Amino acid sequence: MTQQKISMQLQCPMPAFDFDVITLGHGSGGLLTRKLLESGVFEIFNNPFLNEKHDGAYLNLPGNCAFTTDSFVVSPIFFPGGNIGELAVNGTVNDLAMCGAIPKYLSLSFILEEGLRMEEFWEILVSIKTACQKAGVHIVTGDTKVVEKGKGDKIFINTSGIGQLHPASSIRLNRIKAGDKIILNGNIATHGIAIMSVREGLTFESDIISDTMALNETVMALLDEFGQQIHFLRDPTRGGVATTLSEIARDGGVGIEIVEKYLPIDEQVAGACEILGLDPVYVANEGVFISIVDEKIADKYLTTLKGLEQGKNAAIIGEVVIAHPKQVVLTSKIGGKRVVNMLAGDQLPRIC
Amino acid sequence: MKYLSEFRDPELAGQYLNEIKSIVRKPWTIMEVCGGQTHSLVKNGLLIMLPDEIRMVHGPGCPVCVTPLNLIDKAIFLAEERNLILCSFGDMLRVPGSKKSLLQSKAKGADVRIMYSPLDAVKLAKENPDKEVVFFAVGFETTAPANALSVIQAEQQGVNNYSILTSHVLVPPAMEAVLNDEQNVIQAFLAAGHVCTIMGISEYYPIVEKYKVPIVVTGFEPLDLLQGILMAVRQLENGEYKLENQYSRVVKAEGNAAAIKLLRKVFEVEDREWRGIGTIPASGFELQKNYRRYDANLKFDIQIEKAIESKECMAGQVLKGLMRPHECPQFGKKCTPSSPLGAPMVSSEGACAAYYHFSQALETTPA
Repeated sequence: MTQQKISMQLQCPMPAFDFDVITLGHGSGGLLTRKLLESGVFEIFNNPFLNEKHDGAYLNLPGNCAFTTDSFVVSPIFFPGGNIGELAVNGTVNDLAMCGAIPKYLSLSFILEEGLRMEEFWEILVSIKTACQKAGVHIVTGDTKVVEKGKGDKIFINTSGIGQLHPASSIRLNRIKAGDKIILNGNIATHGIAIMSVREGLTFESDIISDTMALNETVMALLDEFGQQIHFLRDPTRGGVATTLSEIARDGGVGIEIVEKYLPIDEQVAGACEILGLDPVYVANEGVFISIVDEKIADKYLTTLKGLEQGKNAAIIGEVVIAHPKQVVLTSKIGGKRVVNMLAGDQLPRIC
Repeated sequence: MKYLSEFRDPELAGQYLNEIKSIVRKPWTIMEVCGGQTHSLVKNGLLIMLPDEIRMVHGPGCPVCVTPLNLIDKAIFLAEERNLILCSFGDMLRVPGSKKSLLQSKAKGADVRIMYSPLDAVKLAKENPDKEVVFFAVGFETTAPANALSVIQAEQQGVNNYSILTSHVLVPPAMEAVLNDEQNVIQAFLAAGHVCTIMGISEYYPIVEKYKVPIVVTGFEPLDLLQGILMAVRQLENGEYKLENQYSRVVKAEGNAAAIKLLRKVFEVEDREWRGIGTIPASGFELQKNYRRYDANLKFDIQIEKAIESKECMAGQVLKGLMRPHECPQFGKKCTPSSPLGAPMVSSEGACAAYYHFSQALETTPA
């Protein structure tokens, strides 16, 4: 972690700003905004699209595309294993990948709170740049607004993204059918617990770091090999695996069965969930995706996925069934069954 | 981690289930007292694995569920009208008061914070000397020692801007209230393991004797619960009634002496109102005279109207085991976890919320 931070800073040393915090003027659209952008922001994302310096980007995207948007308000903005900047890139890149699209271009909008320290802002910018490089996407347009102190939480980011559909992809809810296998690429609940471990009033010692990462390379490799046999993809971020599977069951009108003992989870994360009274199937993920694939290729898919860096802990966790349409039923470790529902709100810690 | 998997072993669970099936002859109604046990029974899908003869009734041991409406209204009043920081365990936030919940208050700008420990609230008070900090001290004998300790710490550190709004309830009087009910159907209890960890088991001998009812002090993992049920069924089938301790790896007969000493120092026993059940004599903790300056009830001028419980909510019947959650006419219709009429539909330990999931499984999963 520390090493990574140092190398990033060497690569992109912070320019000498003549201001050390963000002020309201930086969002005015006037001279201060220009000063902020020209003091390094434009340079760090340097690319021909952005260099047009117009109100929008000119793009040439032949064929079918996918388009998505997401806002990021994570607190704290720096957490074990990442920060809000790379999260904002990876989140949108992953949403495109889940559509079966090759992520290409991103917009980037900041809502900054007056008083945000420039070192923090710069560190976030550098991590956005690094995340874009890793995912192979460009920031092609953007915006910066500043709100008064107390009206925001340091920094909010919105990113939208466009990607070209992978020629072999056909990912639609209506392609999910009984018999399909449900596969996870990696350990669940890691991101949510990493964030919880540094929340105010709840710090606990652990080595758990967020799993935020761009999944597009892995997903594209799978699409190259399995194409239309992949019926559906979704990344279970907020609300965790349980909420995402419940949504798929409801919206797709299918029944889903999963087996608790097959859910991959890191021991430390599982332990933290026990202590905090949280059910890991409802805890947020960032580097995890659910594949629903034709049963005929499921084993081969798993083998391929396990051979990839982001799929080392992959597992088949369940299947699509004819019984109980629109519901997810989980077989517990002990062999009992229960329905997995969406939560009414956030998962709240229990009293005892 | 091994600790967790050992008590969730499917093979051993199968053995316990077989043993229960082999000894059970007659139908029995057993109450698991604690909401944590209810949660575990449902989460692990144990209820549908038990033989039909055994009916589990979910007891009043859900602190969120039995906290009176009036106290939630008080907490909301303090948070909104007295410009202070109200701290609470997470579970309490969604429970509806007479007009709204603490979560809704928070959304409207009240400073309501989720805490895992009252000691963090004392720390918060120390860090914000110009703000009053109130901890909503809810719970059974399990959470009471930490709340007592927070008062002692506040005193030792001279933190005068800290106080607690107590709603402490005690398990044994509630079990007696269930047994005293004319319509009582409960034939044996699984007593709450964690409560006994603090208080020991001696309080239960008189109940066993007076009511001739088997009580098994039981833990929370699937194997604990199955073993506890087996022990209770064995007693019932043999016509015995005695106090047994299934959870002996955690529960010592004498309890936790240091915690009990702390409780006696800070609290005194009082009559207390239980939501949905009514007032039970000598069933709660209130701060002792020496510590009354930490009582938010006395410290602040609280002006709230007497709230009347919704007549549509049958929580009282459910908490006493006289009605099963899905037998309530509002269950799953007007009352769901996202718009609960009463507290048992809110907490993950509440019987109604648990059944909300469970009954759906029953309808659709072939047995």
